[in-house]
Amino acid sequence: MIEAQQLTKRYGERTAVDRLDFTVKPGTVTGFLGPNGAGKSTTMRMILGLDAPTSGSVTVNGRRYAGHAAPLQEVGALLEAKSIHPGRSAFHHLNSLALSHGIPRRRVEEVIELTGIQAVARKRAGAFSLGMGQRLGIAAALLGDPATVMLDEPVNGLDPEGVLWIRNLLTGLAAEGRTVFVSSHLMSEMALTADHLIVVGRGRLLADTTVAELIRKSGGDVVKVASSDPARLREVLAGPGVEITGRSGSEELQVTGVTAREIGLKASEHGIALFELTTKGVSLEEAFMELTRDDVEYHGRTTTQAVQDTEAAEPVGSAA
Amino acid sequence: MTTTTTEPAINPAAPASAPAARPVYKVTFWRVVRSEWAKFWSLRSSWITLVLALVFVLAFGLIRDWRYTVVINGGHPHDPEVLGANAVGLSLFGLNFGQLAIGILGVLVTAGEYSTGMIRSTLAAVPRRLPVLWSKAVIFFVVALLTGLVGAFAAFGIGSGIVSGTAAARAWSDPGVLRAVFMAGPYLALIGVCGVALGALLRSVAGGIGVLVGVLLLVPGLMELLPTSWQNDVSQYLPSHAGDSMYALHQDPHTLSAGAGFLVLAGWAVLALAGAAYRLVRSDA
Repeated sequence: MIEAQQLTKRYGERTAVDRLDFTVKPGTVTGFLGPNGAGKSTTMRMILGLDAPTSGSVTVNGRRYAGHAAPLQEVGALLEAKSIHPGRSAFHHLNSLALSHGIPRRRVEEVIELTGIQAVARKRAGAFSLGMGQRLGIAAALLGDPATVMLDEPVNGLDPEGVLWIRNLLTGLAAEGRTVFVSSHLMSEMALTADHLIVVGRGRLLADTTVAELIRKSGGDVVKVASSDPARLREVLAGPGVEITGRSGSEELQVTGVTAREIGLKASEHGIALFELTTKGVSLEEAFMELTRDDVEYHGRTTTQAVQDTEAAEPVGSAA
Repeated sequence: MTTTTTEPAINPAAPASAPAARPVYKVTFWRVVRSEWAKFWSLRSSWITLVLALVFVLAFGLIRDWRYTVVINGGHPHDPEVLGANAVGLSLFGLNFGQLAIGILGVLVTAGEYSTGMIRSTLAAVPRRLPVLWSKAVIFFVVALLTGLVGAFAAFGIGSGIVSGTAAARAWSDPGVLRAVFMAGPYLALIGVCGVALGALLRSVAGGIGVLVGVLLLVPGLMELLPTSWQNDVSQYLPSHAGDSMYALHQDPHTLSAGAGFLVLAGWAVLALAGAAYRLVRSDA
């Protein structure tokens, strides 16, 4: 469990993280999404206490990270920046971290095996490939058998097999009841692993939502329908959760909230001829871009509220 | 949305069993010391630099002893190079170079973590931070102390043999000899701690080494710029001069006693360490 309250970090004039409020819950994979420079890494550094917040606070399992007796057992973190000495072997790197907590050597061997770096464990970490370095970072993160696993861009530099391994690892950790917090700038990757999403842009919270909800809010599956009488079709389809848009004078409508099948049935019921009926899946990448592009419009906490408001109003007044 | 809420329910046993089976770990000061000890010895640079320090102390001391006998036997007993020399001063000549190796290694112990990024792993494991600095200082104090003792005792042990029978010859039992040779250990240890502190304070290998070398080698030269009446008062308190008086067999009128030299150098080390601690706690890693 990670809880941030009004978490803010300023570097001189620049605000890297701006009054973030969020909670990362155990038992699910929470994606931390945002374009480069959105403040994801800074937020993670503040969670670990590497950077001190300018104002606000962040706690892990109810306490400041530094306040825990065995920090590595609370949070295992992989940071984006390299956090190893290139002259030290993977084994010695892990072992020296383990010694600080009294973690037995057996556990060091275990995480080496778990991350598949046995073959290079005795080699200098500086000579590792990007993928091997990433695996070593994950081995370090898992060392303390942590209740919370926090990974900054874990799939960076991994081959497809490695990417798949990370996905399974993350969902496995979450299924064990752990808190899993993963950052990425790739929406598509998040969609495959995360259940919950925290989206940030320019340091501000843009959305705190589920993947499914985000897709729905950013249009969801849109059905394009062209008919002889768009005005009537609009009346026929109107209902709660249905959003219809279309230019006046055009015979084309964009409908969300109803399936193409339902539209077809309703149209035939009311004798409206259809010329075209196509389902257009929304790309997650687009949904994400849409969200982050307008980050001026979506302010921090008000995001979800604002979206809900417009949504409630829409079924009635969404005429073009 | 539904997956979020049902996920834990799908696997009802897991959340309960995972925490129950978890072992109890805890960070303690001695564990941090052990961790830092393992970190120190698992780097090749530590071994190489320590061996270099020993070689410097031994080799340059013995070469100086040998040079002395060459000059004396060549019939130049009034050559300024040999006038008033004693076996302790000659044999410990290598400390001037050994101190650089030790000081630089001290800088690497801390600043090396910043330049490589290792510091993030270190402070994630020990987020209270200060135990890391104290551990590094303690470990390096001990390592440098032993290196200094081994080097100095070996250098004088062999070197006093080389100059035996000359005016410079001194025996272990002569007044002040044991103290002077022994003090080489604490001297290198304190220089090492200064290096550790400078590395942590400046967070830069180049900066740390630059300041260290500057203070040890350049600042004493700058004393020439001061009015003569001040020079002696000020310069004896410099880290290098205070350190020199620790292992010198005879004290000049304008140098500190060995004990006072030790205290002054220790004061510099503590001061640097305090600055390092302040920066470690106050600034982002």
